[in-house]
Amino acid sequence: MKSGSNLEKIIASGQMAVTAELGPPMSADPHEIIEKAKVLKGFCDAANITDCQTAVVRISSIAAAYISQQAGLEPVMQMTCRDRNRIAIQADLLGAAALGLKNCLCIAGDHQKFGAAGKLKGHPGAKNVYDVDTCQLVGILQKMRDQGLQQGGDKIEVPPKFFIGASWTPMGEPMDFRPYNLKKKVDAGADFIQTQGIYDMELFKQQMEKARNLGLHERTAILAGIIVPKSAMMLKYMDSSVAGVTVPKPLIERMLKAKEAAGDDKKRAKELQEQEGIKITVELVKQALEIPGIKGVHIQAIEWESAIEEIVKAAGLYPRPNL
Amino acid sequence: MIVAQQKPFEEIWEMIKDFKKVLVFGCNTCVAICHAGGSKEAEILASMLKIKASQEGKEIQIDHAAIERHCEPEFFEPMMEKARSYDLILSTACGVGVNFLSERIGNIPVYPALNTSFYGAVPEPGFFVELCAGCGSCILHLTGGICPVARCSKSLMNGPCGGTSNGKCEVSDQIDCAWYLIIERMKKLGTLEKLFEIQPPRDWSTSRDGGPRRISLEHIRAYEEKEEKSENKTEAC
Ligand code: SF4
Repeated sequence: MKSGSNLEKIIASGQMAVTAELGPPMSADPHEIIEKAKVLKGFCDAANITDCQTAVVRISSIAAAYISQQAGLEPVMQMTCRDRNRIAIQADLLGAAALGLKNCLCIAGDHQKFGAAGKLKGHPGAKNVYDVDTCQLVGILQKMRDQGLQQGGDKIEVPPKFFIGASWTPMGEPMDFRPYNLKKKVDAGADFIQTQGIYDMELFKQQMEKARNLGLHERTAILAGIIVPKSAMMLKYMDSSVAGVTVPKPLIERMLKAKEAAGDDKKRAKELQEQEGIKITVELVKQALEIPGIKGVHIQAIEWESAIEEIVKAAGLYPRPNL
Repeated sequence: MIVAQQKPFEEIWEMIKDFKKVLVFGCNTCVAICHAGGSKEAEILASMLKIKASQEGKEIQIDHAAIERHCEPEFFEPMMEKARSYDLILSTACGVGVNFLSERIGNIPVYPALNTSFYGAVPEPGFFVELCAGCGSCILHLTGGICPVARCSKSLMNGPCGGTSNGKCEVSDQIDCAWYLIIERMKKLGTLEKLFEIQPPRDWSTSRDGGPRRISLEHIRAYEEKEEKSENKTEAC
């Protein structure tokens, strides 16, 4: 075992892994994390704790991950390259490991510009860091863990033992380069991969085939990302505005039908769309798990953690293994 | 070249309004090409400031002048005496010029009329784009001649990130994704496999380190010194 995390154990056992997502709050109140952790506990093997996602200041990933762990939900601490240089990153990794955290997902992080959206002002004038990028960050974690060395070469007496993750946007552009993009992360030392949300399973299958041809499915555990759709509007938005995400028309039409079935009753329209969203998710999860080389799913129910229980049960992924 | 842009007029006015004798001092190299601070722009700015001063009822003598370059002493040495007769130099040179003149002019403030922005090119008249970050450790041979430090919004070395969309960057559809360009170019050059290698963490000490970066060409300095000595000798003869 590299880290001994629950997630690592489940993947090593050959069972399909399930991860979810928990977004920390924009306040110093820990209760929201504890509440969300309670809702997710038992229905996933670990939950990603986002690191100031969309560049919005929230409880830090490490602190929130620790709170989640205390509440009984194994966290996957996320670490972006946006906000810290390699000194801060490594210091945080040592600290996180000292607190008992065992999974770390490396990501580039959304550009600071995204923090100013809707009602939020964010910090679009912040200076981003990007001292290292995702690939390099993965390499740093591996070097710390396996060689007991800091990036600069200094020895670490007690190395931080993380199960190292990275994200992958399989349908991002240029599509033909994306399998190599994945290969670089795997070469750097990624033990597991969570993909960007997938709606177009056919396209994803093609990308997975390319990944398999490079032998990547044997060197890393690829978890297919599924973002639970809440409404037709959300699906349309994802299709048009989220990079690397395409939503097949029939899925959007299914959601529209669900909405229309409610007539003018807005509350009912919301309910029906949510039900359809859960149905769609369950189908996508099942399809993803059929793809050779897939080792699990990463289900993101953004600000809708309560949906995970139903999805996991309906997808036949409950109970979660207790190792 | 260095690309700069004139500061908002009100900001410039706020800087100079309490001085009595101001020289708007242009530079006819880079900042003239980008229409920000050459002799023409220095003259126009001086005229606008004069109008503003008279509107505000302020008595300020505002003159203008320009020289070829603000970054080498020989160009502004002949102007130095005149410049010293002012109580403010409003420089329309780039930031290098402002610094360089400040060091030499004595106890007269030199204020910037421009925001020095980047090293760029002029793909079409009136349009300037940053193409180099001056990071001090060039990797363009590895990236098809397209700089990810300057042109990727995250300066990624192993891009692209997940944000590329229609060849554009996640930050704006007005920004080309540098990594999209790099990959497409490397494909055409038949060198895509260079991108399969992981670029290790960079040594940024060539980019921003302690104090100003310096380059000393010893052979040139030695040569100049020799020339100077032999000149002195001839003069002595
Ligand atoms: S979209 Fe392209 S240019 Fe923008 S940050 Fe990502 S890799 Fe860099």
